[in-house]
Amino acid sequence: MPAVAQGAAGKTLRFVPQANLANFDPIWGTQYVVRNAAALVWDTLYGIDSQFRPQRQMVEGEEVSSDGLTWTFKLREGLKFHDGSPVLARDVVQSLKRWQARDPMGLMIKAIENELAATDDRSWKWQLKQPFPKMLLALAKNNAPCSFIMPERIARTDPFQQITEYVGSGPMKFARSEWVPGAKAVFEKFADYVPRSEKADWLAGGKRILIDRVEWVIMPDPATAAAALQNGEVDWWETPLADLIPVLKGNASINVDIGDPLGNIGAFRMNHLFPPFNNLKVRQAVMTALNQEDYMRAVVGDDDKLWKELGGFFTPGTPLYTEEGGAMMKAKNVAAAKKLLAESGYKGEPVVCVVAQDMAATKSMGDVTAELLKSIGMNVDFVATDWGTVGARRAQKTPPDKGGWSMFHTWHAGADCINPAAYTAIRANGDKAWFGWPDVPAVETEVANWFDARDLAAEKAALGRLNKAAVENVVYAPTGFYLNYQAWRKNVSGVVSGPLPFFWDVSKA
Amino acid sequence: MLSFIVRRIVATIPVMALVALFVFSLLYIAPGDPAAIIAGDQASPADVARIRESLGLDRPYLIRFGEWSWRILQGDLGTSIFTNLPVTQLIGQRIEPTVSLMVLTLIFAVVIAVPMGVIAAWKAGTWVDKGAMAFAVLGFSVPVFVVGYLLAWIFALKLDWLPVQGYTPLAEGFWPWLRNLILPTVTLGLVYVALIARITRATMLEVLQQDYVRTANAKGVAQKDVLFLHSLKNAAVPIVTIIGIGIALLIGGAVVTESVFAIPGLGRLTVDAILRRDYPVIQGVVLMFSLVYVLVNLLIDLTYTLVDPRIRY
Repeated sequence: MPAVAQGAAGKTLRFVPQANLANFDPIWGTQYVVRNAAALVWDTLYGIDSQFRPQRQMVEGEEVSSDGLTWTFKLREGLKFHDGSPVLARDVVQSLKRWQARDPMGLMIKAIENELAATDDRSWKWQLKQPFPKMLLALAKNNAPCSFIMPERIARTDPFQQITEYVGSGPMKFARSEWVPGAKAVFEKFADYVPRSEKADWLAGGKRILIDRVEWVIMPDPATAAAALQNGEVDWWETPLADLIPVLKGNASINVDIGDPLGNIGAFRMNHLFPPFNNLKVRQAVMTALNQEDYMRAVVGDDDKLWKELGGFFTPGTPLYTEEGGAMMKAKNVAAAKKLLAESGYKGEPVVCVVAQDMAATKSMGDVTAELLKSIGMNVDFVATDWGTVGARRAQKTPPDKGGWSMFHTWHAGADCINPAAYTAIRANGDKAWFGWPDVPAVETEVANWFDARDLAAEKAALGRLNKAAVENVVYAPTGFYLNYQAWRKNVSGVVSGPLPFFWDVSKA
Repeated sequence: MLSFIVRRIVATIPVMALVALFVFSLLYIAPGDPAAIIAGDQASPADVARIRESLGLDRPYLIRFGEWSWRILQGDLGTSIFTNLPVTQLIGQRIEPTVSLMVLTLIFAVVIAVPMGVIAAWKAGTWVDKGAMAFAVLGFSVPVFVVGYLLAWIFALKLDWLPVQGYTPLAEGFWPWLRNLILPTVTLGLVYVALIARITRATMLEVLQQDYVRTANAKGVAQKDVLFLHSLKNAAVPIVTIIGIGIALLIGGAVVTESVFAIPGLGRLTVDAILRRDYPVIQGVVLMFSLVYVLVNLLIDLTYTLVDPRIRY
């Protein structure tokens, strides 16, 4: 390895993240890369473990009244912010208020809230108008935005404005002076961090930092990242391109394993407001013809370990996954689809299919969809563009021929799809729903039932019914479940598979 | 001469004003919404609207253009929508790698290409000429990213002589700085070498037919003096021109080279900003590049007077 690439110290870990850390306010900016970096700098009250259970993190304990209307929480002793000040209940209260304004679950709590207030330096009380059984999940969930705790003065920032100070109480400090957006972000070990005594398990347990410094090196070019990893210039690459995996696996100095076991769900969404997809039979025709294998091979190649066919909308391998009513998703029946399309009265209206070409996954899926639609006799108007344009155009509720759209492709992180809590894409509340604006009351009823469920059996029953209604009405079209690899050098130990890269317990020889 | 320089500098003002108007208008009508990107997938339309409002993106075109122009006149390029950092700070963080890469590439290209073109013209029709021109065609034809990957594979991965990526500031030492820039410089410089070598050869071929060259040869002037003192000086105007035009090529090529070698320069800053619709950054960088280009052209015009005393302004 060239001397220049060896870094300043042996205890420096060089990490290539999935994307550029372009901003660093985890409430204002909800990108995953921001959430991942924020998990180093800001701590949370609870953390999700690998069994998807909320576990205490900053919290010493909690009590809920018998009527479920009053929650009382107490902080652990000795927690400090990076500026040396103690973490107090008023910091927590203000942080939760800022989080509530931007998070779907936070907004739900806000809607039934009587009061959220500190009762002493370490305790606070949350009084509600009606019970909210998923309170601890809301505080522990790792879906962006997470309820990160900041000093009160910072948390007073308007949630729609960026913070300008990056002071947390997490296990690492953000070296702001070394931050070059688009190139580098640096985190240094926080000596006063007090980890929990339990073993680390995802975002739960003791977050023990065994390295002095973590440097995030932004590399837009996958081939360069692969070469840098092979050359020992970086230590860990979060999301290697599938095409480069054979090269990395062939290098004796590199480990390759699944990165996020919760993976991603590929998807395309149809616009339920305008023809042709305001017609249920047309949507059903498309889903009936869809072959997930075509999509997954286009996205991840021929490695069969990296994808699964879905019979439901939730993340496979998680406790609530169900295929109830999901036969249509696996039908792959073009003849039946053509019959449905004929019955629908489809008159050849163009399908304005907006496809981002700068994202490998959306481009691949878009190409497959264009062929799929043509194969059942639909008229495709393929609009090749970039993700920035898709992001703006999909919000348009104008007809497809007047600047709107009929269909766009995306993907959902599996971590967001383990239940309805953060699964915006499954919601079907019409005008308030995600892009495409499906209106399926049966889905919304079961979402509410899940939130009210007090045990796993009741949750499973609700999601079974939800899945059935979502498939029947084609809320959207999942194109398969896929995983990504991560790769790291063998002198690095402690790397685990998880929904985000965890730096605690990671060491470098 | 002085009045020429003053006139040219004054002439840059309307040019820059037109560039500013063009860039601002183009971004205004371009599709895409930074507020939607910031808000993320979970956001409601109301959230997106509120972010748009907080960024001032909901205001009329003329008001936004007027405010932006007023700030530009005060030397304030604005604040990045995404990083919340001043555009001048972002440019300041990125300018050294890009300038280093461009200067080294320019030196590399001129040092290699000019002698190559002169010798090719001198040995016109021989294997030396054909070899040089074959190299030039290759330099034109092979895409920058292919050259970059190939060089990195050979000199970094296989031979372990140089790093694959990154940038070390000059302040941390000349050799560490140079090591990181050798492969990017060669990668970016090949096209430029090809361009300058071909122009030099073509111009020299014409000059070498002139009577005064024949006279110099007849007098027994040393060949290197005939080529590099008598002939090259008279062929210099087109060569200097093409070097100036090439700087625009360098700016474009730097975008790809910086991506391939993960150099935190202005090219990558621009691409990232475009993909995210970070309007203040795009506007700031384009304005800066335009100003550089205008000034380089002025410098080239002034250089003509040095290489050809007949030219007077």
